[in-house]
Amino acid sequence: MVMNVDIIFKIAAIGIVVTILNQVLIEAGRKEQAMLTTLVGVIVVLTMVINLVTDLFDTVKTMFQLY
Amino acid sequence: MEIFQIVAVGLIATILSVLIKNEKPEVSMYISLTAGIIIFLFIITRLQSVIEILGQLANKVNIDSIYLSIVLKIVGIAYIAEFGAQVCKDAGEGVMASKIEFAGKILIMVMAVPILVSLMDLIVNMVP
Repeated sequence: MVMNVDIIFKIAAIGIVVTILNQVLIEAGRKEQAMLTTLVGVIVVLTMVINLVTDLFDTVKTMFQLY
Repeated sequence: MEIFQIVAVGLIATILSVLIKNEKPEVSMYISLTAGIIIFLFIITRLQSVIEILGQLANKVNIDSIYLSIVLKIVGIAYIAEFGAQVCKDAGEGVMASKIEFAGKILIMVMAVPILVSLMDLIVNMVP
């Protein structure tokens, strides 16, 4: 199974982009948009991580016959 | 050798996680969780061959396959419970981690009851 390492970099990139956007929006005086972008960023990363977690659980289920 | 890849992934994920920790602690938790899962998914194929060898050995010594599957189930439950508990502890939620571990222990005990019962029968039969 090839190592899909790019997911880690994707998540880190989203985190950094959201942080920068946050700072820019706060400087521009729009605090609520900053909060929204943070929320959107975290939700996007959450969906990616949830897909990975379901992969993990399926693998363990088949591996250890944990039906 | 896979170990180099695994250590490389671990180091990169740790650096990225620390980089983002002070601005966005939740994203750094995501990164460490993702890295853990990726490393596990990468190494799971090795475990598959070990389990098959164990199964063959069990058949050779004609141990009942139910016991081997129960042992495998217990190992699976232990691993998942430990994984969840570590992630929660890493995120600072000690209470959650101990609850997960407690539930894991209970489930393992429930799984182990049939083995205990058969052990008791064995002992009772041995004593004349």
